[in-house]
Amino acid sequence: MAKSSIKIRAKTKKDVTTVKALMTHPMETGGRKDKKTGKLIPAHYIQEIVCKHNGATVLTADWSGGVSKNPYVSFKFAGGTKGDSIEISWSDNKGGSGTQSAKIK
Amino acid sequence: MSTDMKRRIFLKGSLAAGAVSVAAGAGLLMPQQVLAAWPKAAFEAKSIPDALNALMGSGDTTTSDKIKIKAPDIAENGAVVPITVESSMEGIESIAIIASANPVPLIASFNLKGSAMGFVSTRIKMGKTGDVIGVVKAGGKLYSASKGVKVTIGGCGG
Repeated sequence: MAKSSIKIRAKTKKDVTTVKALMTHPMETGGRKDKKTGKLIPAHYIQEIVCKHNGATVLTADWSGGVSKNPYVSFKFAGGTKGDSIEISWSDNKGGSGTQSAKIK
Repeated sequence: MSTDMKRRIFLKGSLAAGAVSVAAGAGLLMPQQVLAAWPKAAFEAKSIPDALNALMGSGDTTTSDKIKIKAPDIAENGAVVPITVESSMEGIESIAIIASANPVPLIASFNLKGSAMGFVSTRIKMGKTGDVIGVVKAGGKLYSASKGVKVTIGGCGG
């Protein structure tokens, strides 16, 4: 499975940086049934994400399976200039993880 | 319960979590139990006050008009409901998103660090029509705002 598939877009406007990120993940809650077999599909979802700006953490999040498949997250922080690095990483309940970094545009 | 009692329970909990990760390291348990930092109890809680208690240490929230929740009035597809929680409050520590009608009400908890501003946006699943509640922790207190979202097709079933 493609693990580090995070798309990040970050823009600075009037000293406020807006970061938008899209991750590829099934986000199974564990409460859904396979239509063919009638068995529960095991839970598989992102539990933690960490977002860093130039190496300093600006946002961490704890998620349940209630976040939609292929999760989207957006947040803002004060400061940040063009060319700064934004790094986002996630880890899921099965021990999988992904990291991606991008530059502020 | 006194603070001291709570601390005792917390210590016990973290010790137990330590033991679990050792066991997982030996291949005895599923790796899903390794993440000790993830607030498991909060995400297993079936009621909103229980979830908030486990997550933020208090179940009491004050309704505030300084929190804005952007969500659709009618969500055609409950599997993808865009939610934005925004607040102009000072000293925000964390923002939680709760869907009151879901089997697991607590959806996400965002912890703001450093220069982060009171703004988070994501997409959530909603099993059925209900309120989306945004809880903001600022200066050690909890504030909340809610918005009703009508769901025409649920996003939790198969």
